[in-house]
Amino acid sequence: MKRHSAKRIIPGFGISLGLTTSFVSMVVLIPMVFLAVKATGAGLSGFLQALVDPRILAGYRVSFLCSLAAAGINCVFGLILAWVLTRYKFPGRRIVDGLIELPFALPTAVAGIALTALCSDKGWIGGIFASFGIKIAYTGTGIVIALTFITLPFIVRTIQPVLEQLDRTYEEAGRMLGASKERIFLKVILPELTPAILTGFGLAFARALGEYGSVVFIAGNMPFKTEIAPLLIMSKLEQFNYSEAASIALVMLAVSFTVMFGINCVQSRAASYSKG
Amino acid sequence: MNKEIWIPRLLTAVSIAFVLLMLVLPLVVVLAEAFRSGLEVFLRAATDIYTLKALRLTLTATAAAVLLNTLFGLTAAWAVTRFSFRGKGVLSTLIDIPFAVSPVIAGLVFILVFGRISPLHPFLEAHNIKVVFAEPGIILATVFVTFPFVARELIPTLEARGTDEEQAAALMGAGFFTIFRKITFPHIRWALLYSVILCAARAMGEFGAVSVVSGHLRGKTNTLPLHVEILYSEYQFTAAFAVSAVLVAAAVLILTARNIVEHIAHKEDDLNVR
Repeated sequence: MKRHSAKRIIPGFGISLGLTTSFVSMVVLIPMVFLAVKATGAGLSGFLQALVDPRILAGYRVSFLCSLAAAGINCVFGLILAWVLTRYKFPGRRIVDGLIELPFALPTAVAGIALTALCSDKGWIGGIFASFGIKIAYTGTGIVIALTFITLPFIVRTIQPVLEQLDRTYEEAGRMLGASKERIFLKVILPELTPAILTGFGLAFARALGEYGSVVFIAGNMPFKTEIAPLLIMSKLEQFNYSEAASIALVMLAVSFTVMFGINCVQSRAASYSKG
Repeated sequence: MNKEIWIPRLLTAVSIAFVLLMLVLPLVVVLAEAFRSGLEVFLRAATDIYTLKALRLTLTATAAAVLLNTLFGLTAAWAVTRFSFRGKGVLSTLIDIPFAVSPVIAGLVFILVFGRISPLHPFLEAHNIKVVFAEPGIILATVFVTFPFVARELIPTLEARGTDEEQAAALMGAGFFTIFRKITFPHIRWALLYSVILCAARAMGEFGAVSVVSGHLRGKTNTLPLHVEILYSEYQFTAAFAVSAVLVAAAVLILTARNIVEHIAHKEDDLNVR
């Protein structure tokens, strides 16, 4: 300890670390410990029982598949958007760029009722599909649309900076050597973007998994069909079934931490790769 | 040769169509529904006593979240980037946890800590302190959800600058506040402002976490997003969309502010490089 403090020339170590640790303990650490204790408090059998309940399993499945679909859709459109915003000039580009963050700024409940109004059978978009007999709101499709809306900025904003800083001499070299545009994109640009795409996918997936506000309105919340895992936590709480709520929460936390860990691995691999 | 022209055009068209469909259309729907029954109905819903009470709580929670998380973000960024110490990695991970946690789980956690089944409950009861189903719970949940926003924006900015300037100043005898005010702050002010704006946006719109801890006591523990939900579930659609329109206006304002800040920061960066 002494050895360290001798090196610390800049003032404010004790107070800044002390304040940070106490903030983190109060807001994050202690609450998380309470959750873990409650989830495992009923013993392992109680925890496992909550895991294999068919309704809860169905909830995980809905959350998982819809989040996967939304993150996948955004990988395609997010990549196109990031590409267009960095490479092309067109009227209104700055407005489109500024709008990308809208899902961050718009309260999720507002997004939820707006998308529901749009996609219900009487809505502007839902009405068109309803005339072909396709329902959007109150089905899995509706959940995917809400999650796509919510997670769009995550993917665009992780790919965009990488594209902006990409060294374009490699592309020029490729073109000089006679490679086609598709080939340059697939062999030169895409490999550079892969870590960013994976990171964005992971962030979007983790966010989609936990999303509640925008989904509950459009989902219809039918057990086994359109009931997402966060909603199950909510209904367990309303029945005062705290330990099952905590068990579901713990499983979801484990999944999000795994995703976050995966993102960190991708990032550190990419960083060490680019350093050579 | 034709491909050179139509691929960019196609991609641009796809992008604009996607943004219009996914992002702009929902906003238009909110406004259209809010004003469907005329301006008078909109104004009545927007200035309803419950709406105003919800607005007050939303503003309080947002202000608390911004203040606390700015203070936390500054201390955390200072500790993590200016010094090396054991357990730094663990601390950084803990700061990031609220990003990975579902808002519903955030709410649940505070119910477990302060609610009926908590070991703290007898103590809180004896001193007549209400946290869950009351305003402190709403504020706590909002703080939790926006906890890493400022720290996460400042840490990379400070990391990139290194500590040379601060060390030099400290060696020449400058105190903490002088160093912070004269050296560190000028470098981080745009990042700070930017993150405060994002933090405010998220705090204002938080729904899941707040919904769990609120207990839905109308007029007492309602924030604006919760008020929207209540109106909507009571089939008062026009009123729900009217309150939403107010939130849309706030979101658009925040977005504009964000873009202006980013623009100014970019300009200043360019000047510094030259």
